[in-house]
Amino acid sequence: MKKWLEPMSTAWVGVATHKLRSFLTILGIVIGVAAVISLMSIGRGAQEDILSRIETLGSNLITISPGSFTFRGVGGAAGGAQTLTIEDAEAIAEQVPYISAVAPSYSSNLQVVAGGENMNSQVTGVTPEYMSVNNLEIASGSFFTEFEYQRGARIVVIGSEIKETLFGDADPVGQQIRMGGIIVRVIGVLESKGQMFGSPDDAIFIPLTAMQQAVAQPRTAQGERVVSSISLTVSDEKQADYVVAEITTLLRARHQLGPLDEDDFNIRSMEELAQTVTEATGTMTLLLGAIAAISLLVGGIGVMNIMLVSVLERTREIGIRKALGARERDIWIQFLIEAAFLTFAGGIIGVIAGWVVSYIVSSTGLVSTVVSADIVIMAVSVSVGIGLFFGFYPAWNASRLNPIEALRFE
Amino acid sequence: MIKLRDITKVYPMGKRELTVLRGISVDIEKGELVAIMGPSGSGKSTMLNLIGCLDKPTSGNYYLEGKEVSRLNGRELAGIRANKIGFVFQTFNLLPRLSALANVELGMRYAGGVDRAKALEALERVGLADRANHRPTEMSGGEMQRVAIARALVKNPPLILADEPTGNLDSRSGAEIISILTSLHAEQGITLLMITHDANIAHHCQRIIHLMDGQVEREEQV
Repeated sequence: MKKWLEPMSTAWVGVATHKLRSFLTILGIVIGVAAVISLMSIGRGAQEDILSRIETLGSNLITISPGSFTFRGVGGAAGGAQTLTIEDAEAIAEQVPYISAVAPSYSSNLQVVAGGENMNSQVTGVTPEYMSVNNLEIASGSFFTEFEYQRGARIVVIGSEIKETLFGDADPVGQQIRMGGIIVRVIGVLESKGQMFGSPDDAIFIPLTAMQQAVAQPRTAQGERVVSSISLTVSDEKQADYVVAEITTLLRARHQLGPLDEDDFNIRSMEELAQTVTEATGTMTLLLGAIAAISLLVGGIGVMNIMLVSVLERTREIGIRKALGARERDIWIQFLIEAAFLTFAGGIIGVIAGWVVSYIVSSTGLVSTVVSADIVIMAVSVSVGIGLFFGFYPAWNASRLNPIEALRFE
Repeated sequence: MIKLRDITKVYPMGKRELTVLRGISVDIEKGELVAIMGPSGSGKSTMLNLIGCLDKPTSGNYYLEGKEVSRLNGRELAGIRANKIGFVFQTFNLLPRLSALANVELGMRYAGGVDRAKALEALERVGLADRANHRPTEMSGGEMQRVAIARALVKNPPLILADEPTGNLDSRSGAEIISILTSLHAEQGITLLMITHDANIAHHCQRIIHLMDGQVEREEQV
C-alpha cells in the first residue's frame, strides 16, 4: 500500500503545483466524458420512452394482419389482401393454447357527421374483447358489452381526437353520429394514448355486428367474413414465440397454402417490436457514444502533449530523484500515475458535467434522459485507461533520462 | 571503502571520442576525508560521478566496500545510490516546490521509506529545525546547501560525495558548510569525498588528490 501511496502524493503535488495547466490538460477529457455521458443518456432515455409507450399498448399483444397478396407474381400492398376472416379468429381462439382473448376487427373509411361537423374517419368494427386486448381505457362513458354486441346495437366508442373534432368541449356521450347509412349513439370516449403508431386517439369503434349494417363486409370465396386484422393476447408472455408458431401453422392450413407458398398474413408480437426498437435505439446510442469517444481520444492526445512538456520541464527533478536512488521504474510509475490521476479527475468532473447537461436536457421536456451506472463506470475507467495509454510514452521517456545530463539540464 | 583500478572514461562526441579519464587508480579508506582538486576539464566531476554510481567507467574496475560495481546494471546502481551514497551538489539541486522537510524526506524516499522524525532530526543536525516548512525559494544559499546536506545524511549513508559544495556560496556560508561537513565526518565517521577549487578548504581534509588531464597528478597528505 505504501508503495503506491507515495507516488500518489507525489503525483498530487505535481498536479497541484500547476493548477491552471492541469485543468487545461484535463479539459479535453472533461468535455469528452461529458459528451459521452450526456449523449448516451439521451439515447437511453429515448429508448426507454419508446419502450414504455409500447408497454402501454400491451406487451403481450400479438397482431395478425393480412399479407400482401400476389397475383401472377405481381405483389400488392401489404395488408391489401382479404385473407383473414372471423372464422380464422374463432379457430385460433378454440385451437391455440396460451391465448386469453382474441379480437378480430374490420376497418373501413367512412364519412362521419355529427351536428355541423363532418369528417372522413376510419371506423373499426370490433368485438367486446378488443378493449382489453388492446389495453384501451375509457375516459368517460363505457365500452359496449357482450349483450350489446350480440344484438348489433348501433353504438360507438370514440377516440379523444375524434371527440375534439366532432364535439369540441361538449360531452359527446349520448350524442348521435351519422356514418355510412346508419345513425349511431356515442356511449364512451377513450383515454388519450398520445401521438404514436397504432394510437386509438383518432379511431371510432363500433360493434362488428353493427358494422355489418353500415358497410357491406366482403366475403372470401369460401363464404367466410373478411376482417382487417386479428389482435390477441397471450396469457403467458414466455409462450409468445410458441403461440406465433402455432397460429402460423393453423392459418396456413386454413388458407390451404402449399409448402412452397409464402404466408398470406403477417404476425407481429409487441415483444418482437420492442426487441426491434431496442436494437435500433441501441445502435443509435452506440453511434452517439462513438462520436463522443472521438473527443475523448483527442483529449488523450492533449494529455500526452502536456505530459511530454512536463517531463522536459522537470528534467532536473528527474535527475535529482535518480541521484537520490530512484530506479527507472520509480520515475516511470510516478509519471504514469500522474497522467492517470489527471485523467481520472477529468473523468469525474466530466461525469458531473454530463450529468448536469442531461438533467438540463430532460428538464426541457423534449427528451427524457437516463444516466446509467454502467456508462458512468465505463467513462471513468476509459479516461483512466487513456491516461495510462497516453502517459506511457512520456513516462518511459522520463525514466530513460541519463541522470548526469538531467542534473546539468537548465 | 573505495578502490579504483585503472579507470578510464571515454565519451562519444559525434564522430570523435573524448577521453576524460585515462587510467585512474585510487584507494580511499573508510572514514577518510578526501579533497579532489584540479583545473576544469581535468576529470574531477566525471570521477565523482563514477564513484557515485551515476555513470559507468569505459574500462577498469571499481570496488565499493569490496564489491565490484562497475559492471552492474542501472537498477542495481540505483540501489547503491539509494542506500550507500549521499550527494551534495554545487547548485544544491533541491526541488523548489517542496518544503525543506519534504526535500529531506525525498532523500529517504528511495532508501526504504520516509520517516518524518528522522528528517526533522537531520534538519536539526544542520541547524535548520525552525525552517522545516520553508521552501528553498525563501532561503539563502547557505541554508539551501544545509538542507541538501540534511537530505544526503538522512539515510545514514557510509559515503557522502560533494561536488564543489561551497562553489555558489559567500565565504561565510561556505565556512559554515565546511564546518558541518567536517563535523559530520568527525562525529559519525562518514567517508567524505569533496571536489573543491579552494586550497584553504582542501586543507581541512586529510588528503588531497590532484587531477590533471584525466590522471592522478599527485596525492598530498595534509
